[in-house]
Amino acid sequence: MSLLRTVELRKRFGALNACDGVNFAVEKGEFLSLVGSNGAGKTTLVNLITAHLEPDSGRILFEDRDITGLSVSQRIKAGIARSFQLVNLFDGLSVFDNVALAIFARDGKTAKIATLAANDDDVRRETREVLAEFGLAAKGELSAGELAQGERKLLDVAVAYALRPNLLFLDEPTSGVSSAEKAQIMDTVSSVVRSGAVTAVVIEHDMDVVFRYSDRIVMMHEGAFLADGPPDAIRANEAVASILLGISSPA
Amino acid sequence: MSILAIQVLNSLFYASVLFLIAAGLSLIFGVMRIVNLAHGSLFAIGAYIAAWLVGRAIGLGVPVVWALLVIPIAAVAVALIGIVIEPLLLRPFYRRAEEYQLLVTFGLLLILEDLMRLVWGGLPLTADTVMDALPVVHIGGLVYPGYNILVIGIGIVAAVALWFLIYETKFGVLLRATSQDRRMAAALGLNVGLVYVAAFAIGCFMAGLGGAIVVPSHAAVLGMGVEALVLAFVVVVVGGLGSLKGALVGALIVSFVRTAGIQFFPEVELAVLYLIAAVVLIARPTGLFGTA
Amino acid sequence: MKAAAIALPRSQTGLWPYAAAALGVAVLAAVPEFVGLYQTQLLTYGLIMAIAALGFNLLLGYTGLLSFGHSAYFGLGAYTVAFLLQWLGIHSMEFYILLGLPVATIVSALFGYICVRHTRIFFGILTLALSQVLYSLALKFFWVTGGTDGLRVPRPTLLAGMIDFAGSGGFPRFIRSYYYYVLGVFVLSAAIMWVIVHSPFGKALQAIRDNEIRARFLGLRIRRFRWAAFLLSGTFTALAGILWVPLNGLTTPDVLYWPFSGEIVFMTLLGGFRNFSGPIVGGIVFTFLKTYAVASTEYWQLLLGSVLVVLILLLPTGIVGALSQLAKRVWATREGRT
Repeated sequence: MSLLRTVELRKRFGALNACDGVNFAVEKGEFLSLVGSNGAGKTTLVNLITAHLEPDSGRILFEDRDITGLSVSQRIKAGIARSFQLVNLFDGLSVFDNVALAIFARDGKTAKIATLAANDDDVRRETREVLAEFGLAAKGELSAGELAQGERKLLDVAVAYALRPNLLFLDEPTSGVSSAEKAQIMDTVSSVVRSGAVTAVVIEHDMDVVFRYSDRIVMMHEGAFLADGPPDAIRANEAVASILLGISSPA
Repeated sequence: MSILAIQVLNSLFYASVLFLIAAGLSLIFGVMRIVNLAHGSLFAIGAYIAAWLVGRAIGLGVPVVWALLVIPIAAVAVALIGIVIEPLLLRPFYRRAEEYQLLVTFGLLLILEDLMRLVWGGLPLTADTVMDALPVVHIGGLVYPGYNILVIGIGIVAAVALWFLIYETKFGVLLRATSQDRRMAAALGLNVGLVYVAAFAIGCFMAGLGGAIVVPSHAAVLGMGVEALVLAFVVVVVGGLGSLKGALVGALIVSFVRTAGIQFFPEVELAVLYLIAAVVLIARPTGLFGTA
Repeated sequence: MKAAAIALPRSQTGLWPYAAAALGVAVLAAVPEFVGLYQTQLLTYGLIMAIAALGFNLLLGYTGLLSFGHSAYFGLGAYTVAFLLQWLGIHSMEFYILLGLPVATIVSALFGYICVRHTRIFFGILTLALSQVLYSLALKFFWVTGGTDGLRVPRPTLLAGMIDFAGSGGFPRFIRSYYYYVLGVFVLSAAIMWVIVHSPFGKALQAIRDNEIRARFLGLRIRRFRWAAFLLSGTFTALAGILWVPLNGLTTPDVLYWPFSGEIVFMTLLGGFRNFSGPIVGGIVFTFLKTYAVASTEYWQLLLGSVLVVLILLLPTGIVGALSQLAKRVWATREGRT
């Protein structure tokens, strides 16, 4: 059983066919990269799976359960989380609180109004662990708005990771940072994700990153899948190569 | 039957005034994304200036019918005040959070309210000589002031003129472009600052005009601006903020409901209005024709 | 890089808030010994407005919603006390609070339900419109509410009737005792508010304020949180109204009129809406500011309006915000030197 499966998923925006009968399967434990030129439909696909958008038709199955009708919060409860391409953090809260909040939300503790958040030792311990895994332990007390861009991207992933999802979608986790930082970010993200046995789907434009870290690569073009396989197979694929020459962006 | 006709005419009279105020508020919001809490006070200033000018004109022996010219003069005066206010009090805050902009206009309201007290004192200022000078109209067996008909006419002309300005002139294109996407408009070379001042001035003109046309019928009193603002809000809530059509439809709905309310539920007439606003907002969160 | 210089490690300021608060309360408790009756009375009003502003700021500073209709809850508290007196003959302050708060909670729950489906401008306009509903009801149903004359509320009894203020010398005794009573209620409500904003619920509110989309993607039900914040906010502000009316002796529709909502916003911004103590400082300072403005000139609105504009221009983070920025800069230069 695939962890996630979409069946004939379709979404149009006016004349643009963002998802054209997509049949997408993600296997448990793999680190999958979703690539393709801008407008190919990658973000739309992720938005559909995470309930940010509603499909025109088709179904989404998670652990063989039909989740097509579920809301955002229901899908999160089911075990799907995501990070965002444009960093989406709580800038007024500290780095620590950003992650802690995800844990409070996950454990259903956000209705607690009569106790101090600082007194929940379990949450504080887990927050420290997550921050340490992502190399942000020293920055806990800073406000999220004060971090450098690379750290903000890491924090964005950490917040989603703190929800302890089974399936994690990362939307361009290395965009907007220098190439040195890209490697750092991806090293951290891939090691954390693998050691936590979380299945990850990453939208990426940087093909070096994609080839280095992925178990499997899926390429989208104009709303449909063009190629799907391990890095070696993709490298050898000629149709892919011609498109790649167009989208492979210098880091 | 003639009573009904009079009620309808009263509603249209009231709607004309409300439309002018609300359209000005909506225009300013549509272009500048600012809700001007002092807008009602500008309406009041228009009323005061008009009443004051009428008094002076009569004192100088000007024939009363000529005193009607006071109406556009007062409106222009308020527009000029707007041209002074915008760069001084509003421009420094465009980059700030919305909360601050709202508060600055609240501060402006406090300032303007006391300026009116300072200049014209605490007693009401009337201009009913203008109203009396115009002939009455006979409807059925009843008499009705011809002045009110004139006001309805002015309201219609203003609505048409505004519509024409916004949708048929080059300047209107500039206004609409700026309201839809300010940065893009600036990138295209539009002088956004100038468009802002112009939009604000037009909005103030409308408010001032509303005050000027209402004052022969209702004297200018302190606090009228604060009351008017709430009514203007109800109009844009119902009709939709940022929409000319919304201001018109909203003004008509609010006026007719108010007239009916006064007739049938005098105790709760005002509350009925606010509740209608709340009901519309529940059903259509941005108002009937809203762009916000 | 900006990070190291500006960040004030929170653990190091951990004890400061509590020490400062204790000091503040001690100072406030000592005040009546050193100033006259009039100043004590004024400070009582200041503490009452501090409670109102604290309640208001739960919505603005912590949830990101600007309400221009909080006069509704203040007035609701005040009028409920007047009704309890008139219809049930109640004189006890405790009963005023115990019975008045639920009324306010119910109304804020209702108003909140209508308002939180909207954000920003429309939220503000709607809160204003709803407060005007109450205002117009207070005006129109004059045989119940006293209309523009309002309703009188004489001195209540405190501490379940143990203390009353009849007889000669009652007024000074009332002013002094009522000050301590209000101070007690103030400290209690500030403590409650402190816990609320530092609880997981409070953190969730701030997250929603900062980034609604991300909060939704953590599984938070946005509208429900906003509604809860609205409820709490209205209840707190109503408490201020309940405490206010026995001191003022009278409640009129003015206290429901929308410019009064504007004053509540003003005082919160004066103190600073991004800090917990901002509304407290703002409430007290504004009360004194307005009293002296009214006393010194007929055109006090002009004065206050100008102060407001200058304030927003020069001190957007309010008094407390400016002071804390100053403190951070002093701290940073000291760090730099060592």
